[in-house]
Amino acid sequence: MDLNGFDRPGRPAAGDTRSVKVMIAGGFGTGKTTMVRSVSDIKPLTTEETLTQASADVDHLIGVADKTETTVSLDFGKISLNESLVLYLFGTPGQERFWFLWNGLFKGALGAVVLVDTRRLASSFRAIEEMERQNVPFVIALNVFPDSKEHPVEEIRDALDISPHTPIVACDARDRTSSRDVLVALIRHLKERSAVALESR
Amino acid sequence: MSAPRRPTDPSGLERYYVLTGGRSGPGGSASSLDVATLIVSGAASAPGMQHEHAEILRRCREPLSVAELGAHLQLPFNILAVLLADLLEAGCVEARDPIPAHDAGRGPDLALLEEVLSGLERL
Repeated sequence: MDLNGFDRPGRPAAGDTRSVKVMIAGGFGTGKTTMVRSVSDIKPLTTEETLTQASADVDHLIGVADKTETTVSLDFGKISLNESLVLYLFGTPGQERFWFLWNGLFKGALGAVVLVDTRRLASSFRAIEEMERQNVPFVIALNVFPDSKEHPVEEIRDALDISPHTPIVACDARDRTSSRDVLVALIRHLKERSAVALESR
Repeated sequence: MSAPRRPTDPSGLERYYVLTGGRSGPGGSASSLDVATLIVSGAASAPGMQHEHAEILRRCREPLSVAELGAHLQLPFNILAVLLADLLEAGCVEARDPIPAHDAGRGPDLALLEEVLSGLERL
């Protein structure tokens, strides 16, 4: 096999590119894909994982007794932060019960945005639980739909049973700037958490 | 009488079986691959190389995430991981895992978060 060209000491900056990832979670229909689409530099793509193990015990989706095939899709987008750093945004699969099957889905993520539709708070309970269980830092983004009623943030915090340290921001997932602001809120939150962690060392 | 159950979809299981030689998941270095891991090819494709391997090398001249590769090649993550394991073992590609915000050894990476923040603020 031709290995020429592997050692290029003076490689261009693009050769040193690294990535970071942020997960966009939330219940079905809360606007995860919409948010990925609105902030991404590229047309959002979909990648899939075919799960063949263990799912037979979870439920019978296909109806094949011994080997259940389940395809879990991730919609994702990409933002070039600078010449050598790329942010990947992954919209989590709608069926939270498959998250654990996608090995390490949240591992290595900076954090997550949990989208909430205030008309259907309960649809995001599972996503919030999962973030807490997997110890993924997150912010709550209330996706404001045209017929959403205005709720005081503290009322929503109570209803979702969210810690006072977790930021809650309102957004319009269809809007690039608004979605960008949610990501900014997440990174600021991560910085504050880090500063606290450093102080307490 | 029902027709024999045989998948005719060329993108189905038979294709994956052929591509991976029947292997269902990667071992070794590729088992830690993440959807956001960047793959960079360090070698040109060689004659006689499996088409998908050559295609990965071609597409990864510039760093490309495993997720993007999967989407472009229309391969599920676990199948792609097997192919990437071959290339990693042969030393043909380099894999760069996403940078975590919190490194087990060094603690929180504030400089990284600052870099992400200023990138977002420029959007």
